[in-house]
Amino acid sequence: MSGFLEFEGISKSFGDLKALDNVSLSIRQGEIFSLLGPSGCGKTTLLRICAGFEMPDAGRVLLNGKDITDLPPNRRAVNTIFQNYALFPNMTLRENIAFGLQIAKVPKKEIADRVETMLQLVQLEHHAHKRPHQISGGQKQRVAIARALVNRPQVLLLDEPLAALDLKLRQRMLVELDGIHDEVGTTFVYVTHDQSEAMGLSDRIAVFNHGVVEQVGSSTEIYEAPRTSFTAAFIGDTNFFNGRVCERIDSEYCQIEIEGLEPRLRFFNDKNLREQVRVDLSVRPEKFSISRTQPAPDPLSNTLRGTVEDVIYLGSHTKWWVRVNEEYLISVTSQHSRFLLDSKPIRWNEAVWISWHADDGYMLERYDENDEALLVLSDAGLPDDIPPDEEAE
Amino acid sequence: MPGQRMKGWMISLPSMAWLTVFFLLPTLMIFIIAFKPANPLGGLGEGWTLRTWLELGNPNYPSIIWRTLRLSFYCTAACILLGIPFSYYIARAPERRQRALLLLVIIPFWTNFLIRVFAWKAVLHPEGALKHMLVAVGIASPDTMLLYNEWAVLLVMVYTYLPFAIMPLYAAIEKFDFALLDAALDLGAGRATAMRRVFLPGIRRGIQTAVLMVLIPALGSYVIPDILGGPSSEMLGNKIAQRAFADRNLPHSAALSALLCLCVMLPMLMGTLLRRKRTGGAA
Repeated sequence: MSGFLEFEGISKSFGDLKALDNVSLSIRQGEIFSLLGPSGCGKTTLLRICAGFEMPDAGRVLLNGKDITDLPPNRRAVNTIFQNYALFPNMTLRENIAFGLQIAKVPKKEIADRVETMLQLVQLEHHAHKRPHQISGGQKQRVAIARALVNRPQVLLLDEPLAALDLKLRQRMLVELDGIHDEVGTTFVYVTHDQSEAMGLSDRIAVFNHGVVEQVGSSTEIYEAPRTSFTAAFIGDTNFFNGRVCERIDSEYCQIEIEGLEPRLRFFNDKNLREQVRVDLSVRPEKFSISRTQPAPDPLSNTLRGTVEDVIYLGSHTKWWVRVNEEYLISVTSQHSRFLLDSKPIRWNEAVWISWHADDGYMLERYDENDEALLVLSDAGLPDDIPPDEEAE
Repeated sequence: MPGQRMKGWMISLPSMAWLTVFFLLPTLMIFIIAFKPANPLGGLGEGWTLRTWLELGNPNYPSIIWRTLRLSFYCTAACILLGIPFSYYIARAPERRQRALLLLVIIPFWTNFLIRVFAWKAVLHPEGALKHMLVAVGIASPDTMLLYNEWAVLLVMVYTYLPFAIMPLYAAIEKFDFALLDAALDLGAGRATAMRRVFLPGIRRGIQTAVLMVLIPALGSYVIPDILGGPSSEMLGNKIAQRAFADRNLPHSAALSALLCLCVMLPMLMGTLLRRKRTGGAA
């Protein structure tokens, strides 16, 4: 009841494929809410259900308390930015933006004013007489935004709006989108498979996997406190440990025994697990520190000894893959906040110590070794740093 | 770059030559022959004359020309109106069904055109199956004539030229970005408005091509009215053939052909000029 846009128990199948399985979400007024997941996870289907292009097999969509599940797309107060913008090629940019208002039979004078305001908002006043094929991808993107927002929708749906742009332009449009959102305050529902887009823009994110919502939360919550192995692996890079609680030290910490790893590791026990319970843990690569010398002992710190198997220098930071006890290949990153040329960086085949604070690992609620996101990590062996969408193109 | 321009010329030379030999020259010859006197042996006489053109004032002609234009226009309209939904259906079908449906459109071409027209004669025959069926259902009375009238001609014209409309329409619709229709609905347009303001303008080129592909051969129809039409449904094509084969008066046929040419080309020329003027004014 609290949300502005609510999905209640939405299910949708295409033939044998279950695109959405009992999805419920509650989106607040004025927020930027992202639906994030790999392709085929159901996020676009949910967006199309919200726009009215698909009918759910089960469930309801509520907008501002009213059930809009059965309304056709042209009678919903939502507008969509399509993946390839879908600008009308036979109309000028001005005519494109005016289209919705003309359909709504808004008086001519008012149409002219509102279109002009929108053209200014997206800085296209000087191109208004052009046709879509005469402008660049970024400009098309802005026309699409203006064409949708000029109707003053209650919710703006964005379907992978930056996917067709190159990396630099994508980053700039992200900033622009944020600025436009600040200006108009409309609720944005943003579909993307790009975690950095979602994290950079959203107030909250819903992570989708195989038609199910894995987790809903702010960017920080999703990154730092993933509930499942899928979320942990899909958002950023991580290391998994599977073990057993062998001893509770106090109300906050516990010792965990991990097969093939010596010594036992200490973790923050936020799930309040009892002894002998199986537990799956995620530690992000940047939480480690790496050094040639053994760090000073600290009861709240874990230390492992290993050998550097691979190094990738990336300018702002370096990635190491450290082999520990044969079985474990741990990915470690370190930011270079100081001038690097004067120091002697750790190289391939060197023996190193890696350590992390007991607070910096996180206990997962669910671990599934068949997760697609996990397979990507292990199959690649050494994951590369290319964003997934660029590989696809 | 002069080298580039030369290359462009070289590449287009064969098709230019083709058009000149097989299109431009014959058309010119028709216009020339129309100004020649006929000789009694069926050939062309010496010198030049305007007499043939004056003979076009024949009181029978205006009604035949009017019928030719009318039937061709109806036929074109029917082909477009039937062709768009059908092509839409093909273009939106799964790929395998698309291929099957396109094949169905093409299959009739494997049978000789004359044979197909004669087949229609059998279908529409007063003692034919269709007639009996219509009478049995009570739609037609026993003395209704399905054959030898304008309706029979129009029906078979539409049958013959529909594939020529479907092909370019299908090509245009297949390329059409259907996300545009979603966008129009999303912006509040109803189905009809979306079709009118987004879909039809989007396949405009296909419609233009389809109109030409149907209208031009329809205007020149000869076999269909000859076999299925009666004396009251003659078209200009029949008159041209009659003047050439029966009367052996080539200049007269040529003048009629030239007239038909002008009937088609003048509106097209005017359309082009008007459009150029409009866009010129806007730019």
